[in-house]
Amino acid sequence: MYLRKNIATSENGFIFNPSTGDSFSANPVAAAILEQLKQGMTFSDIKAGLLDSYEVDPLRLERDWDEFINQLREANLLAD
Amino acid sequence: MKLPDELLTIAVTGLNAIDSPGPGIAVIRSLREGLQRPLRIIGLAYETLEPGIYMHEVVDKTYQIPYPAAGTQALLNRLAYIHGKEKIDLLIPNFDAELPNFMKLAPVLQSMGIASFLPDTDMFEARDKVNLYSFGKQHDLLVPRDRIIHQVSGLHECGELFGYPLVVKGKFYDAVVAYTAEQAEKAFYKISAKWGLPIIVQEFINGTEVNIAVLGDGKGNMISAIPMRKLYITDKGKAWSGITLQDDKLLELAASFVKATRWKGGCELEIMRTAKDECYIMEINPRFPAWIYLTAAAGQNQPAALARMALGEVVKPFTGYEAGKIFVRYSWDHITDVNAFHQISGQGEL
Repeated sequence: MYLRKNIATSENGFIFNPSTGDSFSANPVAAAILEQLKQGMTFSDIKAGLLDSYEVDPLRLERDWDEFINQLREANLLAD
Repeated sequence: MKLPDELLTIAVTGLNAIDSPGPGIAVIRSLREGLQRPLRIIGLAYETLEPGIYMHEVVDKTYQIPYPAAGTQALLNRLAYIHGKEKIDLLIPNFDAELPNFMKLAPVLQSMGIASFLPDTDMFEARDKVNLYSFGKQHDLLVPRDRIIHQVSGLHECGELFGYPLVVKGKFYDAVVAYTAEQAEKAFYKISAKWGLPIIVQEFINGTEVNIAVLGDGKGNMISAIPMRKLYITDKGKAWSGITLQDDKLLELAASFVKATRWKGGCELEIMRTAKDECYIMEINPRFPAWIYLTAAAGQNQPAALARMALGEVVKPFTGYEAGKIFVRYSWDHITDVNAFHQISGQGEL
C-alpha cells in the first residue's frame, strides 16, 4: 500500500487529490509522514523514525498509525 | 480567410448570465483572451433582460433574435439582417433548444460567409436524453438504464424494474430523484406540465458527479477535455464553484465518446462515478457548459480552439492542463439606464 502518486501536498499540511478534487488539512506530524510516504519510505521505516523522534509508547504508536492509515484509505489517498 | 490581425466579428448566444447561466459570457471571455486579435462580439439575445446585453465591455452590440419555436426561416431572416449590418465571420450558439435551427441553417450561413462549428443532426439526436441508453449500448459506454414513458401508469413498471430511488427527468430539463412511487408520480405531473412529454425515468446511480467539457474536431479526434467536480451548487443544481480534476479514466471516457460520435464542437458530459469506480454517462449536453472559462484558466481554451477550427485552422489536440484550478462564480448588480432597456425592447438591438 502506498500514497497515490498524483497526490499533491504542501509544507503547511494541505493535501489535494487531483482525481477527486478533494482536499484535506494535515497537522505537522501527519504532513511529515505524508512527505515520507511520497518519498517512497516504507511504513516500518516511518514508524521507526517516529519512535526515535517522539516519546511514544510503541503500542500507542501502532494504534494511532492504524487509525491514520484508515483515514488516508477512507480519503481515497492510498493505492494497493 | 482573414489575416490574424484583422478584426473578427463573432456572434454569440447565451447572454443570460443569471443564477442558472447560459454559457455566452464565459465563451466570450475565453474568445477575447484566447484569440489574441481584434474582436467584435455580437450578442444574440432572446430576452430583453439578459445581462450580457448591457455589458458593453464584453458584448459590443446585441440583437434580439426570434425564439426557436418561430422556426428556421424567421431565424434566417433575422440573421441575414444582422449579417448585413455586422458582417459576421463566425457564429457560436450556446443553447440546447436553439441548436437544431442553427444546425439546419449551417450550410446556408456558410454560403453567406458565416462559419459555425456544430454537430450534425445525427450526432445531436443520438445523445438526446431520449436516445441515450441505446446510444450507450451501441458504443459500449456505461449509461443508466431508462424507460421513456408517456403516461403516469408507466411509472409502475419502472418502479419494479429499477427499484427506488429512481430519477424522473424532463425531455429538455429538470430531474427529480423520487424515493417512493408517490414522489415519482408527483414529479411526473410537475415535469410534464412544464416541459411536456415524454418523461424519462432513469435508474438511480449513486456516486460522485463529475462534468467534462469536451471539444471534438468532427473527425473523431478529441481536441480538449477538462473534467470538473462541482464544489458548491445552487438550489437548481448549477455549479457555483468547481475544481478541475486530473484523471486518465475520465479523459479516456471523453475520448471514446468523441471517437464514437465523431463529435464536432463543444459539449459537456455529465458523469456519475460510483464507489466501484464505474463512470456512467448521465447526460450529454450538446454545447459548452456555463463554466467553460475554467478550461481556458486551466490551459485549454476550448472556445478559442473551436473558433480557430471553425475558421479553417488545423488545431492540434491539447496536451496537459492544470488540475486544482477553481472557479468561484459571483453575482454583480450591473447598472444600466432605462433608455438602454427601451432601445433593446423597442428596436431589438443595443
